[in-house]
Amino acid sequence: MRYAIGGRAIFDGLDVTARRGRITAFMGPSGTGKTTLLRLITGQVYAERGSVRVFGAEVATLSLKELFAMRRRMGMLFQNGALLTDLDVYENVAFPLRAHTDLPESLVRHLVLTKLHSVGLRGAARLMPAELSGGMARRVALARAIVMDPDILIYDEPFVGLDPISMGVICRLIKQMNEALGITSIVVSHDVHELATIAHDSYLLSEGRVVASGTPDELNHSEIPAVRQFMGGLADGPVPFHFPASDYRSELLDSDEALP
Amino acid sequence: MNGASDALLLGAVRRVGATTLFLGQVLARIGPALARPGLIVRQIYNAGARSLVIIILSGMFVGMVLGLLGFDVFQRFGSEDYVGVLAALGNLKVLGPVLTALLFAGRAGTSLTSEIGLMKSTEQLTAMQMMAVDPVRYVVVPRFLGGFIAMPLLTATFTMIALFGAQLIGVQQMGVDSGAYWSQTQNAVHLHDVWEGVVKSLVFGVAVSLVAVYEGYHSEPTPEGVGLATTRTVVISSVLVLVLNYLLTAAFLTTK
Repeated sequence: MRYAIGGRAIFDGLDVTARRGRITAFMGPSGTGKTTLLRLITGQVYAERGSVRVFGAEVATLSLKELFAMRRRMGMLFQNGALLTDLDVYENVAFPLRAHTDLPESLVRHLVLTKLHSVGLRGAARLMPAELSGGMARRVALARAIVMDPDILIYDEPFVGLDPISMGVICRLIKQMNEALGITSIVVSHDVHELATIAHDSYLLSEGRVVASGTPDELNHSEIPAVRQFMGGLADGPVPFHFPASDYRSELLDSDEALP
Repeated sequence: MNGASDALLLGAVRRVGATTLFLGQVLARIGPALARPGLIVRQIYNAGARSLVIIILSGMFVGMVLGLLGFDVFQRFGSEDYVGVLAALGNLKVLGPVLTALLFAGRAGTSLTSEIGLMKSTEQLTAMQMMAVDPVRYVVVPRFLGGFIAMPLLTATFTMIALFGAQLIGVQQMGVDSGAYWSQTQNAVHLHDVWEGVVKSLVFGVAVSLVAVYEGYHSEPTPEGVGLATTRTVVISSVLVLVLNYLLTAAFLTTK
């Protein structure tokens, strides 16, 4: 698959698969296009060439109605939670149920409280999103993502900015959702160690293509330099740390020269 | 024409086209959106009730100034009894709808734009799309309808308060005879004049609400982008209201 923005290829020749009932991790340095990959999977943007298939259907050929039907079978956890700020926690979780079903209020209440309880926030049901910490907001967003019992759960950087307790809770929840409900999970992150504890399959992406794939353990023991650099968190290696620039010494010494 | 003015004209035409298409999208979703009247009532409260203080205050002072101006002008001709006519016609036909729309653009329009823009920049609209929920139906249409319904109600409030303010100055302060003041007003004001105000407030309601929701929905999802969109809402809707006011005034004059 190829996807480009303004002529610059984000992905070129990318070939990945997330198998049913498994947790698949996509790792890679910042700016590799991991979030863009999720946008391609969910039909927010379309590939320039090649194919993106979800539930066996080609995403680009779906009508809006079919796309929405596909998304109803998906749950997505956004990096910042993306809770609706004018609704409280309870109503945020109830939102998909109210939009898509005519369930009686007693059943909505039951479902919402069950999901909130599973993320440990039943007691926060009447708080507004502005009153939540980042970790709590993400747990509420997770409750909202699972309230429709989706077949696929997509997590965009679920561990960023979390304290160790929240991180552990989210990790455990992702694993539980997968094991107990058989939900196919797609996790995009650069937190190598957390992913290693939960992922069945991993892909390491860099510069628009797959550098390595396999189980987290296989990646940990890989001899490929780019993989070793990423998994070990090393500054030196094939993945450049510095953005392309002119010569450091001459730029510092030549004070008259304008910034490029 | 040079390149810069070509680009400006092209940009304006493109914006008018895009806004019209967006209006089509909004109108097509009004039916389904009516299924959840609670959302619309909340937006009428947000756009209407929360604008009441500024509308009442402004209406009072505009009415009082009209009272002073009318008295100043008409006493030169010895016809102070006509102060009420000037205040009534001026408010009903022009000042009520126009000033309400301008104040509404500044108070509620900016709030609509920045709210939708911030929802966009915090991925709330994308989250809705990901939940297979159409954000135009759930976010844009209730706000558009809320603004559209609130505008005539606010205009009526403004006009009534302004009429009260004018008579406060004309009759209570300047001593124009109350009977003459109101009888002249009653004789001069016709239903046609009231309709002019009603039609204008409805048209301004569509224009300002549409510009506000369009700018919010199409803002760049950055702090600067939302700020620029909010500014555009005030500038575009204010100019639009003044231009439409001229066209409608001319149209009503020819159909009299």
